[in-house]
Amino acid sequence: MQELQTILEQAQQQFAAIQDEADLEQAKARYVGKEGSLTQLLKGLGKLSPEERPAAGARINQVKQGVEAALQQRREQLAQQKLAQRLAAEALDVTLPGRGTASGGLHPVTLTLQRIEQLFHSLGFAVASGPEIEHDYYNFTALNIPENHPARAMHDTFYIDPQHVLRTHTSPVQVHYMQENAPPLKIISPGRVYRVDSDATHSPMFHQVEGLWVDEDISFANLKGVVQDFLQRFFEQDDLQVRFRPSFFPFTEPSAEMDMSWKGGWLEIGGCGMVHPNVLQHVNIDSEKYLGFAFGLGVERLTMLRYGVHDLRLFYDSDLRFLKQFN
Amino acid sequence: MKFSENWLRTWVNPGLNSAELGHLLTMAGLEVEEQTAVAPAFNAVVVAEVLEVVKHPNADRLNVCQVNVGEAQPLTIVCGAPNVAVGLKVPCARIGAVLPGDFKIKQAKVRGIESFGMLCSDKELGLAEDSQGLWILPANAPVGMDMRQYLELDDQLFTLKLTPNRSDCAGMVGIARDVAALTGAPLTALEIPQHAATCADTRAVTVADAAACPLYCGRVVRGVNAAVATPDWMVRRLERSGLRSINAVVDITNYVMWEMGQPMHAFDLAQLSGGIAVRRARAGESLTLLNEQVVTLDESALVIADDARVLALAGIMGGQGSGVETSTQDVFLECAFFHPDAMAGQARRFGLATDSSFRFERGVDYAATAQALERATQLLLQICGGQPGPVTQVQGTLPTRAPIRLRPSRMQRVLGISLSPAQIAELFQRLQLGFTTEPGNGETVFTVQPPSFRFDLEIEADLIEELARVYGYEHIPAVPPQAALNMLPLPENRRTLAAVQQLLVNRDYQEIVSYAFVEAQSEQDLCGNCVPVVLQNPIASNMAVMRSSLVSGLVGALRYNLNRKQTRVRLFEVGACFAHADNGYAQSQRLSAIAYGPAQPEQWGSAARNVDFYDLKGDVEALLAGQSVRFVAAQDPALHPGRCAQIFCNDQLVGILGELHPHWQQQYDLPQAAVWFELDLDVALQRRVPQMRDIAKTLAVRRDLAVLVADSVNVQTLLDAMHAANAPFVQAVSLFDLYRGKGVEPGQKSLAFRVWLQDAQKTLTDSEIEPSIALLVQAMQQHGAQLRM
Repeated sequence: MQELQTILEQAQQQFAAIQDEADLEQAKARYVGKEGSLTQLLKGLGKLSPEERPAAGARINQVKQGVEAALQQRREQLAQQKLAQRLAAEALDVTLPGRGTASGGLHPVTLTLQRIEQLFHSLGFAVASGPEIEHDYYNFTALNIPENHPARAMHDTFYIDPQHVLRTHTSPVQVHYMQENAPPLKIISPGRVYRVDSDATHSPMFHQVEGLWVDEDISFANLKGVVQDFLQRFFEQDDLQVRFRPSFFPFTEPSAEMDMSWKGGWLEIGGCGMVHPNVLQHVNIDSEKYLGFAFGLGVERLTMLRYGVHDLRLFYDSDLRFLKQFN
Repeated sequence: MKFSENWLRTWVNPGLNSAELGHLLTMAGLEVEEQTAVAPAFNAVVVAEVLEVVKHPNADRLNVCQVNVGEAQPLTIVCGAPNVAVGLKVPCARIGAVLPGDFKIKQAKVRGIESFGMLCSDKELGLAEDSQGLWILPANAPVGMDMRQYLELDDQLFTLKLTPNRSDCAGMVGIARDVAALTGAPLTALEIPQHAATCADTRAVTVADAAACPLYCGRVVRGVNAAVATPDWMVRRLERSGLRSINAVVDITNYVMWEMGQPMHAFDLAQLSGGIAVRRARAGESLTLLNEQVVTLDESALVIADDARVLALAGIMGGQGSGVETSTQDVFLECAFFHPDAMAGQARRFGLATDSSFRFERGVDYAATAQALERATQLLLQICGGQPGPVTQVQGTLPTRAPIRLRPSRMQRVLGISLSPAQIAELFQRLQLGFTTEPGNGETVFTVQPPSFRFDLEIEADLIEELARVYGYEHIPAVPPQAALNMLPLPENRRTLAAVQQLLVNRDYQEIVSYAFVEAQSEQDLCGNCVPVVLQNPIASNMAVMRSSLVSGLVGALRYNLNRKQTRVRLFEVGACFAHADNGYAQSQRLSAIAYGPAQPEQWGSAARNVDFYDLKGDVEALLAGQSVRFVAAQDPALHPGRCAQIFCNDQLVGILGELHPHWQQQYDLPQAAVWFELDLDVALQRRVPQMRDIAKTLAVRRDLAVLVADSVNVQTLLDAMHAANAPFVQAVSLFDLYRGKGVEPGQKSLAFRVWLQDAQKTLTDSEIEPSIALLVQAMQQHGAQLRM
């Protein structure tokens, strides 16, 4: 019976040394194949006495199971090795850049416009728009700026013909909107506006956002509240200081310029005021019953402050080296 | 409006420093645009007289000077300035002085000789950019006096950005009045005597247009010395107001304008023939203005004339040949009130904007017109001497200022603050606004009489603004509004602009913003537009017309970037385009994109190829997904005639797509072709609201059809033909392969279509399918297609 133990150990050693699946199956035959040593021993059981046979048979079978277990274990090891080799061979350089297209980006002024719209949307402001070639009436007269009023000179207007101008502000949208809608009204109107002015700090085309809220009880204190709230949310600074100082716009009374604190000083960011009774009367809104505020914000200025852009002209150069910084 | 702080403080002197005063003005609506010191800081610089100049023994270019600084002993000062000379009055920086640039003056040996100070140039005192040697002071400069005191250098220059409503602050009187109202500091009144006539001369004055000129005051002053020097204090105040000294008489009229806000004019009496008339010009009259501009006049111009000629554009500018020269002996002083309505736009018509027109257009205090004439007379007599004649005054109907009611309750609604009647009364008093009160509707109603100097006070809202202004905008709280909460409409069949922009961003386009005005030539070249909307006053010739398409801006931006070594450029813009229309101008929002260079960023992972027509067609299809879109071969001035398609959506022409014409590619120096499309933005914003249909319980059957067809037959033709065949069960036909080359004769192409057939009730058998397929094949055969086996 020493022989059986030797067979088992031999098989285990042999299997463990084999590196190839086919070799393993051939080696298997040496033990449990037709001519295998264990098969031979089992065949030899017949020569034993009936008393000896069961015990001997059991021992041989036990060894046979041991051999088969060793075989199975080696099979699995080889399969594992094979898989591991394959996986190793298939390994990628995961640091190679991904395939496919890049993506572009929005213009920084659009980023600002979207933020402005979202913030005012959260207060329930609808978005209105109007034409850029505007009738003199809407750009000036309906906004309480009669012909030859000195305020017209402040606007540096581009003329298309004697009756049509490139709108100098987004305020005419107020008039269009109030003509078509009854109060209460709550809109912003973003868009391009034009002035005959071009230097490092002025562009002949730029963006404004007009805001208008007309209701029965809307006050200058509310105007301050909304504008301050907006600027604090826009710049994500709860302690941002906003200052209102008296100014003049023919279409608001009282009128104010809005300044915000910035790097130790004050920066002008737009004009505002309570809608002038004449403007409401022009659109047949009862100025005794309804009050309203309006404001206009310079979008480029907000963008420059938000993103640290120092030169206005960069917005219109379309230089990819500039634009891609906002992607 | 520029002025000196010290001048203002002669009228009103609140307990505020310069910075605080500037802040006060800005916060009261008189925005201080600029505030600068007259002179930089320096000290211990005095007026000195050079007593002796001796060559320095050890240096050719230096002199040893004895200098009188008003003390018992003269100072020895070594000086290198070439213009030093005995008898000159010059500034002298004494030992211990610190000059601008932190330049400290110490006792020092200069080539062996002790020097006890430094004689200075104006540059060294920070008062000039450049200088030639020592600053020679007037001979009457008081020796020993501190230079800062002598020249009143401890002063600041304020520049106000006056809003059009505040013409009352276009004179020192008005600014001082506002400062007094804001601070409560006392206001110094100007003492102006009435000058009794000491000569009898007058000039007849006729006012033909009394509406335009409701008040005219004039007087003769004989025997003036116009050659006398304008006093230093006046020159200084004028200079610090940005006004150049001309001669004493002109300076006086300018001074009164700055002081009282009343424009004036002085004529040389000897140059006048006959009486003065304020009238409309006659067609054909002309005038050479003081600025040498020759203006041709017509009846719309208001002029001052004598019997012989037009003398001045009323309220705007005087003419040549009648003004005061240093040789003038007798003058005619004019001070008038021209109505703002009559002055509106007058100066602008002639391209003029003068200090005078600025004030008259906005409104001048007509109650002070006669006073201003007396003030000018007073100064004239003081400075130039002379005998005043009696005042000729022609008065028509002055503006009436209607009383304005103020309801405190209305004020509270508008401002969101509550003020007691006593507070309101106090604010009005500070503003010098006369008022009465009466009970009305349970409150004290104020009735305010607007003063002649405040043209901007007309309605209740104006008074409310005044109250807020003096109360202080900064004291009005910021209060969130309270209002009904209602949701906004959210139409599902519209996408947001942001969603469309994001779609293009995701497809690798960079957004740009380009000017809406372009060069006329590019409109013609790229848009075939010979009648663009033209600007009357363009800022530059390459920005002269309104764009009718976004293409020029995109091509311009492409070129800009190619010139900066970019090789792959993909841009889009959303913006308005303009054209003439029957009833004015057509303005539509468009969406446009251009692509140039490799289809994908340079990379290891796929073969490089340049972007082409079909790439952008894919982008257009993505933008219009869910809509019925067709592309039809077309011609466009910008595009390659064989690579251009019009885009139709629901049978409406909505855009154009194609490759830039090789001609323009060459002209615009593009090494390769660019592909461009443009769409009506509105179409891209449309979206289908989904409506669910039942999923068929049967399986769809697929058949592939490959045909050979002439190259000239386009795919859409075959698809349309198959669609028109109305073959039963056919759900969809799509092209999935295109082949030219081996096995296909030149001039032909092989197309492979995939056909999906389905019946809602049962799964189709071959025998049911075959007739449908036959119909499709037949339809294609109409166009010369042969089925490939």
